[in-house]
Formats: sequence, C-alpha cells, structure tokens
Amino acid sequence: MFSNRLFNIFVPIISVLLGLFAGAIIMFAFGYNPIEGYQALWDGAFGNSYFFGETIRQVTPYILTGLAVAFAFRSGLFNIGAEGQVIVGWVAAVWVGSSIEAPMVIHLPLSILAAAFAGALWGFLPGLLKATKGVHEVIITIMMNYIALHVSNYLIRNVISDGGDSSDRIGDTASLASNWLMELTDYSRMHYGIIVAIIAAIIMWFILEKTSSGYEFKAVGFNPHASKYAGMNVKKNIILSMVISGAFAGLAGAMEGLGTFGYMPSHSAFTNLGFDGIAVALLGGNTAFGTVIAAFLFGILKIGALNMPTSAGVPSELVEIVIALIIFFVASSYIIRWFLLRMRKEEK
Amino acid sequence: MAFIDILQSIIPIALFYSAPLIFTALGGVFSERSGVVNIGLEGLMVMGAFVGIVFNLTFADVFGAATPWLSIIVAAIVSSIFSLLHAVASVSFRADQVVSGVAINFLALGLGVFLTKQWYGKGQTDMVTEPFYSQNIPYLSDIPIIGDMFFTGAYYTSFLAIALAFVAWFVLYKTAFGLQLRSVGEHPMAADTNGINVYRMRYIAVMLSGAFGGLGGSVFALTIALNFSSSTIVGQGFMSLAAVIFGKWHPLGALGAALFFGFAQSLSIISTNIPFLADVPKVYLTIAPYVLTIFALAGFIGRAEAPKANGQPYIKGTR
Repeated sequence: MFSNRLFNIFVPIISVLLGLFAGAIIMFAFGYNPIEGYQALWDGAFGNSYFFGETIRQVTPYILTGLAVAFAFRSGLFNIGAEGQVIVGWVAAVWVGSSIEAPMVIHLPLSILAAAFAGALWGFLPGLLKATKGVHEVIITIMMNYIALHVSNYLIRNVISDGGDSSDRIGDTASLASNWLMELTDYSRMHYGIIVAIIAAIIMWFILEKTSSGYEFKAVGFNPHASKYAGMNVKKNIILSMVISGAFAGLAGAMEGLGTFGYMPSHSAFTNLGFDGIAVALLGGNTAFGTVIAAFLFGILKIGALNMPTSAGVPSELVEIVIALIIFFVASSYIIRWFLLRMRKEEK
Repeated sequence: MAFIDILQSIIPIALFYSAPLIFTALGGVFSERSGVVNIGLEGLMVMGAFVGIVFNLTFADVFGAATPWLSIIVAAIVSSIFSLLHAVASVSFRADQVVSGVAINFLALGLGVFLTKQWYGKGQTDMVTEPFYSQNIPYLSDIPIIGDMFFTGAYYTSFLAIALAFVAWFVLYKTAFGLQLRSVGEHPMAADTNGINVYRMRYIAVMLSGAFGGLGGSVFALTIALNFSSSTIVGQGFMSLAAVIFGKWHPLGALGAALFFGFAQSLSIISTNIPFLADVPKVYLTIAPYVLTIFALAGFIGRAEAPKANGQPYIKGTR
C-alpha cells in the first residue's frame, strides 16, 4: 500500500497539514480565532482578482528559485546561493533593459538571457571550486550572496542610475508587464513572467528525465564515486549543474526586474526569494512538477498572509513560522515515514 | 595621521564588531566538531538578540546596571533550549542537518517578529535603556600605547569573548569531554564502540552552540543594535559560520577569523578617516571579508578539513 512513490507524495502533504495545524495552535494560544485567521489568508490570496494577480506574481519567482535549488539538489549540491544569483540576475536584466534600445523581439529575450547568464556566472564559481578543490558549496555560495548584495548596490548607485537609490527604469521594449493582465486582475502587478517560469519548469523536467546529461546529473547526485567509476565526468557535471541552477535563479531576478518592478531598488537586506526557494524545492521533492505546486502553495501563503493583520488581526509573521515548521517536518520525514509504517503494521 | 593613531581608532571598533562573531563561531565549532552541521547559527543569534532585548526591556527597572549581564545569560539559556529543535531533528529524526538549520533560521525570525508584534504592537521593540557601555578598563587602560589601543573605551563583552575562546580550546583539546566530543564527530561508530553515547554528546554540542549563539546574538543586540526587529541580525550568523570554517574548526582559529572579520568590517566603517583608504570605493572594503574567505577556502591559506562525520546522522548498527 505504501510504496516509495506514495511516501514521497504523502510526506509533503502531511508536513503542510502539520505546519498549518501548528499555526492554528499558535493562533489559538495567542487568543486569535484560527478559522478567521486562515479565512483571512485564503481571502488574501484568492478573495478578488487583484489578490489573485498578486499571488501569481509572487509564485513566478518562487517557481524559478525553487527550480534552481531543486536542480542543484538532484546532483547532490546545496545551492544556498540562489539568493545572490537572483540579485545579480536582477541587476543584469535591469542593466540591459535600461541601457540598450532595440525592438522588443530582441530586447526582451536579450534582457532575460542576460539575467540567466549573470546567475549562471554566480553559480559557476562555487561549482568550479567544488569540482576542483572540493570546497563546500554552501560556504562559497553564502559568501557569494553577500558579494552580490554589496556589488549590486554599488552598481545601482553609481553605474545604472545617477547616484540614486534605485536603478533607471527599463525600456518598454524589455518589459514583461502587460496592461491586459493588469486590467484583468484589477491592477495587480501580474506579468507574463509566469509563462517563462512554467517553460523553465518544463525545461528542467526535460533535461533531468529525457536527456543523458540529466541522467548523469542524477547519477552524480546519488553516488559520485560510482558515477566516476562508470566513466562519467563528475567535475564537469558538478560545474554544469551549478551553472544551470544559477541560470534558473538569475531568471527569477529577471522576473522581478522586468516584470514586477521595472527597475531595481538598492537592497539593504536580501530579497529572501532565494532562501524561500530552498523551502519550495524541499517541499516539491526536488522535481519540476512538485516545485511548481510548492511554489503556488508558498505564493498563496506569503500573499495571503498580508491580509491577515487587517482582516483577522494576526501578525503576518505567523506564516513564516508555519513555513519554518513545514520545512522541519519535511526534513524530519524519517519520523513521518516511521509513523506511517507503524500505523500500517497495526492495521494488519 | 600616524600609524599608531590609526590602530588606536581601528582596534576598539574591530573588537566591538568581532565579539558577537567570536561567541557564535565558538558555538559553531562545538556543534560541527561533534558532527552536526549548524547552518542555523543565524537563527540562534536572532533568538539570542530577541530574548536579550526583551529581557532587558522588561527587567531594566528591577536589576539596574546588572541587567545586560543577566540578559545575555537568559538569552544563552533560551537559545540553547531553542537549539534542541535542531538537535532533535538532526540527531534523533535523522533530518538533513543543513535543511533543519535553514528551518531554524526561518523559525527564529518568524517567532521573534511575531512575538515582537504581539507584545509591542509594532515591528520593532523600543530601544533598551540598559545596554552595555564602553568603559575604560581600570589599571589596564593606564598602560601607555597598548592601554589606549585595547583598554580605553572597550567593552567587557569583547574580553569575555576572547577568554571563552581559550576556555573552549581547553575544553575541546585538554579534557576527556572534549576528546569524546571530537571523536563523535570524526568516527561516531568507533566512539560508540568505546562506550561514548554518540547521541548524548551531539545533543550537548548542539545545545552549547545554541548557548553561544544566544550569547553572540544578545551581545550584538545590546552593544550594537540596541533594539530588536527583523533586520537586527542580518548575516552575522553566516559570517560566524564562515569564521568556523576559515578557522579550520578550531576554537582559536575561529577566534582569529572572527577578529579578522571584525577588523575588515571596521575598516569599511572608519575608512573615511584614514588617508590612504578614503579614496578606495567602500564596496571593496565591504566585500573584503567574503572575498578573502573564498580565497582562503580555495586553498590560498591551506586546505580546510572538516570533521569526518560532519553532517551525517549516526544510525546505530550501520557501517
């Protein structure tokens, strides 16, 4: 009854339910009505077309950062640097978008590719160091995050603006924003980026499941030594995997720069898109399809949370706690599996 | 400006910025030496900062000048209890330790800001009235040159941090407990065969890292930030983690690395007063600690070798 595949579907669902349940207990403990709280969350995500548009807008970069983290995970790498890759992607997209004049067919793809390239570059270095020196990618990517943050702020203030706190606006020909979508959703900031994100998910699925290099990525992830013995170039696969992962995260930056904002403000702290991507990927079981589903869930939670203080008086941080607990439960899936197995034995 | 003057203006600030990193990095050393990766140091610092500030605000009237010291002790205790979550997940539930650490980071920030809004009705707390003050250390500050450099306008917490690094070194390398803790991180099965309780040692190590992280966070909050909000601790925990690795998982190495990071940070803060640094764009100094860490790891300063069993859950009876 409980095959491995079923487990892989059950564990995230149970984790989400447990997380929401724990959130309800916390709300109850602090004197809020959990039902009202979750009702406010639901309304905040789907209550009207504006909220719905904003939810989709939030889901878009989540899909891409989730894919970035998931892709690296599949080849045994933990890309905690998606955050920095988002930032450099954002800078690159806005830079190309604001400084070049070209017809849309060239300008828009060029800006998007610039973001992917910048993200890929930011993933390349940790990949290279991991492959050649065996340096743990987690530490390098954490450092790269800070370098990205500070360098991008420097660029925004000194290069792509006239000393202001945000970059120049991108040209209309580089924009993903659409009046049609905005009017449809009561002037939310929804944009065409969601299409890019879905295409990226399909690309990831295709690479991993339908190509021989995807097979190699997964093999290296399962057992680098065996892969090496089987004649695979482990180093090349590690670098390439980080590059592709970085490119996905860079695209998420393009979504923010070309779609949601149309410019890049200087950041005093991280965007958290990359860090949230870790949660998305984990919950999605590191598959393309799972990541899309998980990105929708997190987008709904994050945007819906914004409605909780006004409608139910619950601080929106409750959702952060719920998300943290969901990650905990997914991470501790061993105990959930053990519990499910025990229940099954008792049924017999 | 003479060289001595420059040192006199940099060193106090460097010590001031290093102290929280030293505390937290020592915590990281304990945890990772026992084989538990602790990427949740950031979250433990957040928890420490939150508890330290809340305790300070609540009991400033009761304890007066002793409040900041009591605050960091309470913060250490609460953070070490909080770190039990990481221990339970990664030692008993065999969770991926990096993932569990990420969850700790999310959870600490979520809880901290949630409770802040709950108790103070806004996104940040009030400013504390009883922070740590810089002081001239009696007698020592009278020593010529060195007295001005190290002991004038200094914080006792900085010296506590440095002293604890030596204590940690002593505990890890000169006591039976330290040997057991390190053996659990290198080869848990061998340690188990020799009658060491692997799970117990790892629980203790993680809770120690929680206590040190709590100290680091609360010292940061009570010397530098002076209040708590979602942007109080932004990356200091990750810096401390870098210091652990930069310092090759050795308490004194971590101390050196943390001092170096503090020094690099203080350079970017006071560079405008130093003639030959004033012209350098600030961004180079800001990113210097991170770039240097990458260089160090890439092998320019020798290979950093992690404890062998770092990151692997120990499952009794497997080989």
